[in-house]
Amino acid sequence: MNAQATDLYHDDHDHHGPPPGLWRWVVTTNHKDIGTLYLWFSLIMFFIGGAMALVIRTELFQPGLQVVDPHFFNQMTTLHALVMIFGVVMPAFVGLANWMLPMMVGAPDMALPRMNNWSFWILPFGFGLMLSTLFMEGGGPSAGWTLYPPLSLQTGDALPFLIFSIHLLGVSSIMGAINIIATIMNLRAPGMTFMKMPLFVWTWFITAYLLIAVMPVLAGAVTMMLTDKYFGTSFFNAAGGGDPVMFQHIFWFFGHPEVYILILPSFGLVSEIIPTFSRKKLFGYSSMVYATASIAFLSFIVWAHHMFTVGMPLAGELFFMFTTMLIAVPTGVKVFNWVSTMWKGAMTFETPMLFALGFVIMFTIGGFSGLMLAMTPIDFQYHDTYFVVAHFHYVLVPGAIFGIIAGVYYWLPKWTGNYYDETLGKVHFWLSTIFVNILFFPMHFVGLAGMPRRIPDYSVQFTDFNQIATIGAFGFGFAQILFLVLIVKCIRGGEKATDQVWEGAEGLEWTVASPPPYHTFSPQPIVK
Amino acid sequence: MRKRFSIRHLFLIPVVMFGFGYLMVPIYNVFCDITGLNGKTGRISSQQVEQLDIDEQRQVKVEFDSVLNRQAPWDFDPEVNSMMVSPGKTYQTNYIATNQLDKAMVGQAVPSVAPAKAAAYFNKTECFCFNRQQFEANEQKRMPLVFVVDPGLPEDVSTVTLSYTFFDVNSKIN
Repeated sequence: MNAQATDLYHDDHDHHGPPPGLWRWVVTTNHKDIGTLYLWFSLIMFFIGGAMALVIRTELFQPGLQVVDPHFFNQMTTLHALVMIFGVVMPAFVGLANWMLPMMVGAPDMALPRMNNWSFWILPFGFGLMLSTLFMEGGGPSAGWTLYPPLSLQTGDALPFLIFSIHLLGVSSIMGAINIIATIMNLRAPGMTFMKMPLFVWTWFITAYLLIAVMPVLAGAVTMMLTDKYFGTSFFNAAGGGDPVMFQHIFWFFGHPEVYILILPSFGLVSEIIPTFSRKKLFGYSSMVYATASIAFLSFIVWAHHMFTVGMPLAGELFFMFTTMLIAVPTGVKVFNWVSTMWKGAMTFETPMLFALGFVIMFTIGGFSGLMLAMTPIDFQYHDTYFVVAHFHYVLVPGAIFGIIAGVYYWLPKWTGNYYDETLGKVHFWLSTIFVNILFFPMHFVGLAGMPRRIPDYSVQFTDFNQIATIGAFGFGFAQILFLVLIVKCIRGGEKATDQVWEGAEGLEWTVASPPPYHTFSPQPIVK
Repeated sequence: MRKRFSIRHLFLIPVVMFGFGYLMVPIYNVFCDITGLNGKTGRISSQQVEQLDIDEQRQVKVEFDSVLNRQAPWDFDPEVNSMMVSPGKTYQTNYIATNQLDKAMVGQAVPSVAPAKAAAYFNKTECFCFNRQQFEANEQKRMPLVFVVDPGLPEDVSTVTLSYTFFDVNSKIN
């Protein structure tokens, strides 16, 4: 076949829908299809990771060892984290970006569609490798998701599987990030200048740079671990002149930008949703962009606040303490901008708005506990306690995850062409919000009282708060089944959505039909 | 038409950052060497020792500590638990290790100095930790350590603790 023939075939293909059958999903290069794949993958992993969390909470319902043995408990804490971070939040963000980013900047598709297909299809194999370790002799990885040596080097056959799966996930997210940068750089519609881009596009643009900068560092760290274990190197082995603390530095050099990778796109989502339902323009657009960029920059110079207790000189502790607290400034700018956007707005409270508001309030709670942890002298007390668990779950669950759910509700009518069941959505929001607080709020108290994290057993005085948390966990977990039901219902039918979907919605994605045709913006729109 | 942004440059970033991850290893070691963080001790030649001024007025207590890494089959102790030294003067002491197994073993000692700010001023001209130590079955060895405390040691440090951790490195060699 010569090039011309390919082009002819391709033109022909453009005017039709997707090819029939399941094979379509394997070979697709369409950004909407791949976005859908990412989002379904993420939802499935959300239930798998959630089931692991429920195993943890079941064991912690009472002191003593009741349900699972400690080794399996540790596998659950480790895999719960890895699944939720790499399998849920990151793919969900990439899925939303795939679906919406080309439509928001007026591009016909992602810039590198075949690589797009590849970066998705690596994921199931990566997680296949990772989860298969659960069925191996010696079980899955159990040293915590941070994989600190020397403990993690005691992992059995699971270690190389885990390391290769991290390599695969890294390759996948680096390719996804490059694709996003390339799309934003090259495929914006005429007139869509950088400072006209929607904030979701901006936050993803910055996140993508964080991803390509730090995922390779993690890949390097786990590769060093692999060669330490199997090829006789001594990067982290003190007997051979290495240093286990060095792993922590390299890991958190990746790890801290990573936590912003997990939150910045949610900032973007909320910055789309709040103006729509306040029927006002976003307050302080350019300050939002600069705040996001400042957060991204600061994320590279604060990593050692995760390891205040390893023994650092005073100067180091002060440096990392002050830079960490500095992050509160751009983050505060964002929170105040969201609040100011709502100020005197004609607000309505549809489900996406409810989740976005929940995000603003509860993410801020997590932000404040983060400030507490930033203070070195206090961190010595809080380090590795449930207070830390409470902190990062507040920023990740009612933070990142609520942002994603808000985004899904916001665009679901656009994707399916049908409005979702608003009552069911509101029930989902209230159940989630109530139970997520029952789940994580008591963890602050047990943490302050000294309960260590990653422990299957605890002193009896912590029982009450742990039981409350477990009840919250089951409530929150089962409330998410409503989300699945609602999505399936919405796909199968419902009140037809208009093109604009929401009264106050503005932007290119609302100018196309709901559901959008398989190929949108083939002649690019012109933005004035 | 806008100038096209080249995607090839983007692929360079992950490659460079992968290398940077590895580059952090020497950076970390140099950083610890200069600052004395992590209690990494220095090595000094005998010529350099002669150039140090001996401060007879000042007495610093040096304590010796020994740690066995888990499952390392040795008895491992310092010959003396502590000694008073004058900065700038060279001293010798020994650590005694006994192989408890009926087979040849190889061990490696790794030093650490506390407080961390003293580490940069604690130098050794000779140390059993510079090399791996070979042991015959049940062999006992007196392993020498020659050290000098630099007169630049901060005034508020009156006690320096030198700790050795002894590792079984047979698996590294085979």
